[in-house]
Amino acid sequence: MFQFIFRRLSLVIPTFIGITLLTFTLIHMIPGDPIEVMAGERGVSPERHAELSAQLGLDKPLYEQYFHYVAGIVQGDLGESLVTHEPVMNEFMTLFPATVELAVCAAIFAILIGLPAGIFAAVKRGTIFDHSVMTFSLTGYSMPIFWWALLLMLVFSVTLGWTPVSGRIDVVYWIDNTTGFMLIDSWLSGEEGAFKSAVSHLILPSIVLGTIPMAVIARMTRSSMLEVLSEDYIRTARAKGIAPWRVIVIHALRNALIPVITVIGLQVGTLLSGAILTETVFAWPGIGKWLIESISRRDYPVVQGGILIVATIIIVVNLLVDIAYGVVNPRIRHNR
Amino acid sequence: MKKGLAALPFAVMAAAAISTSAHAASTLVYCSEGSPEGFNPSLYYSGTTFDASSKPIFNRLMEFKLGTTQVEPSLAKSVDVSDDGLEYTFHLRKGVKFQSSKDFKPTRDFDADDVIFSFNRQRLDSNPYHKVGGGSYGYFDDMGMNTLIKDIVKVDDYTVKFVLNHPEAPFIANLAMDFASIFSKEQADQYLKAGTPEKLDQTPVGTGPFQKVQYQKDSLIRYVAFKDYWKGKAKIDRLVFSITPDASVRYAKLKAGECDVMPYPNPADIKQMEADPNINLMSQEGLNVGYLAFNVTKKPFGDVKVRQALNYATDKQAIIDSVFQGAGKVAKNPIPPTMWSYNTSIKDYPYDPAKAKKLLAEAGYADGFETTIWAMPVQRPYNPNARRMAEIMQEDWAKVGVKANIVTYEWGEYLKRAKAGEPDTILIGWTGDNGDPDNFLYVLTSCDSVGGSNYSEWCNKAYDDLLVKAKRTSDMDKRNDYYKQAQVIFHDQAPWIPVANSVVYEPIRKEVKGYKIDPLGGHYFYSVSKEK
Repeated sequence: MFQFIFRRLSLVIPTFIGITLLTFTLIHMIPGDPIEVMAGERGVSPERHAELSAQLGLDKPLYEQYFHYVAGIVQGDLGESLVTHEPVMNEFMTLFPATVELAVCAAIFAILIGLPAGIFAAVKRGTIFDHSVMTFSLTGYSMPIFWWALLLMLVFSVTLGWTPVSGRIDVVYWIDNTTGFMLIDSWLSGEEGAFKSAVSHLILPSIVLGTIPMAVIARMTRSSMLEVLSEDYIRTARAKGIAPWRVIVIHALRNALIPVITVIGLQVGTLLSGAILTETVFAWPGIGKWLIESISRRDYPVVQGGILIVATIIIVVNLLVDIAYGVVNPRIRHNR
Repeated sequence: MKKGLAALPFAVMAAAAISTSAHAASTLVYCSEGSPEGFNPSLYYSGTTFDASSKPIFNRLMEFKLGTTQVEPSLAKSVDVSDDGLEYTFHLRKGVKFQSSKDFKPTRDFDADDVIFSFNRQRLDSNPYHKVGGGSYGYFDDMGMNTLIKDIVKVDDYTVKFVLNHPEAPFIANLAMDFASIFSKEQADQYLKAGTPEKLDQTPVGTGPFQKVQYQKDSLIRYVAFKDYWKGKAKIDRLVFSITPDASVRYAKLKAGECDVMPYPNPADIKQMEADPNINLMSQEGLNVGYLAFNVTKKPFGDVKVRQALNYATDKQAIIDSVFQGAGKVAKNPIPPTMWSYNTSIKDYPYDPAKAKKLLAEAGYADGFETTIWAMPVQRPYNPNARRMAEIMQEDWAKVGVKANIVTYEWGEYLKRAKAGEPDTILIGWTGDNGDPDNFLYVLTSCDSVGGSNYSEWCNKAYDDLLVKAKRTSDMDKRNDYYKQAQVIFHDQAPWIPVANSVVYEPIRKEVKGYKIDPLGGHYFYSVSKEK
């Protein structure tokens, strides 16, 4: 098992070098100048432009800027934002808990609904329920997120008034930023109603963000279950008179889970890298929106540092998924 | 089980539903459009940053009277100007308190040292704070303050004298701008001594009506009313900026009572807002102009007849109807109509393709010519859809034989190339900073601005002399006269097609009283109250 993990880890270093090179090259290849963007219509004189370029280190040759950036990473320094002058790591740490909180809730929603729906669709293959699940999941998968979010918001927030429109907590609660996770902070604050408010603010964004992963999980679970349910050993188990739920949960599901875990792993990786549209619509202070804004402002250190951290997260999640395979299915562990 | 699954999200939703309009009456929620870049207004350019910093937290020596572009004394009680226009002596207000923060408690009131510190930080390399926070004071430099101010002298604790290198009438208006906000020198000294000068830009205290107590990036900013504010405590107790970047969502929040005031509505939502009984839709003409600049150094735009011809060939009303959807008015001068010295007697070029063709023929272009129109890639109040505007112009010009190709670039690249003089014609615009005509005319059309923001590269001696004369005298009647004459020359020479002055809309909840739209685009909440 350790050898297996070590082999996986050894692939990480070249991946990182690739990522730093790629993000650095791409962001510098797009036309645009952070100083011009900052000044807008007003413009800056050539002298002032040169002075600012020197201050921000943008006047140096690109290879020098790249090595400076990599040297920084090695020392754990991702640089400072050209716009806010805050260290990139600080900005990331302020926003990341919000992304994690939303990602976890969306993942829980997707798994809680997607997994059972997929199992039941497989078990009740060909019935109305099966067809409905497949239709809903296809619709969910192809739903434009922006439209879906605004629709839910108009129905549940504006018309029915059941949920708040956007944000993380009602403005009447003045919650200290202790952990950055609003559910925990509001609970710790002890203010009456604060936790409930935080939960209610999470509902719509979690549903919106969880819709596509839910659809993917439901479809994958269904097809994987169908494959396993047609195996001989399942027929044998049934013939032996084992309770139907036991055949499904113990015999079939465990074997059907491998591809589902892969899919969940990939989805969680995507969720953690920030959901730009959901964050924008629900004014959710996460890292997706932060990265997009920094690209349009040509805030090089934020784009480079931010993408590197996000890539690290995805690599770590994938590694954990690989390890989870080994736990679920010992054959994978031994074969490698 | 199946039923239970389907109903789960709705059940949770209903169970957790809370009253969304529960916030107390003394809390005002402003759904702002983005996060501020920081809290030191002298380091940044954006209105979003000024709304969150200079407006609530700070005061300036002079300030704009709310809802107007008129400048009035604020931290300065009065000002004396020497006859030669080179010395401005400010008599400061006594008994003005600074706010406090978690790690700073002021021991003295505001005085001359604070004024001198706030300007010297931006002005002098030798100031220990000059390099802190990036050391770039864009607005201060752009307004020419670095070359204008020769010295700042402390006459006594409550008197400060600014000595200028040359007379400059807009100087007073410049002092009312956000970059001229007054910081506490005592706080700066304390942080410098502790080796943490950068904290001054993160948690500054000012003398303004609200003090910042919490900021969560991309989420919210919380302020409480400063109880010792020298004009008296604000009517609301708490002010919250709920950061909501999407205009449709801001509107949904306003409807649901989750915010009280929102800026920048979608033009498409205006009609619905007007009909909403809970919303008071306020509007005012914006202090801006959207225009097309002809590059007079490029053929055939050096010829005044060609420029006039294309002014005749452009149906501006069609642009207002289609691009602004009613939220704009046809412009005829380079300054907006709400600004003093606006010349109402000028008659705009009417839409007249026949006249345009005649002028083109006189200029030797009877068969027309081929050119480009540069269209901005970004939305601005003065031009919500430059691409569409360019397309309408393209069609209009085609009718008189001029074939125009539309060109666009990424915003930073667009500005860079435009300044290098690449475009033949370019769509661009301007929003005023300080309510002084100099801030439009000198910045956008003077000979000094060629290679900068004078995108038409038009330099007319007679016109420029008038602008310089208006800059050098403090006599308002004379200035008014000079600017009016300048607008006549501008109209005849037609270096631009002035297209539109936008109308600014601000929807607020009916419970909100005393809110005024700032013609300079800021958002102020000191005089606002909320009815239960």
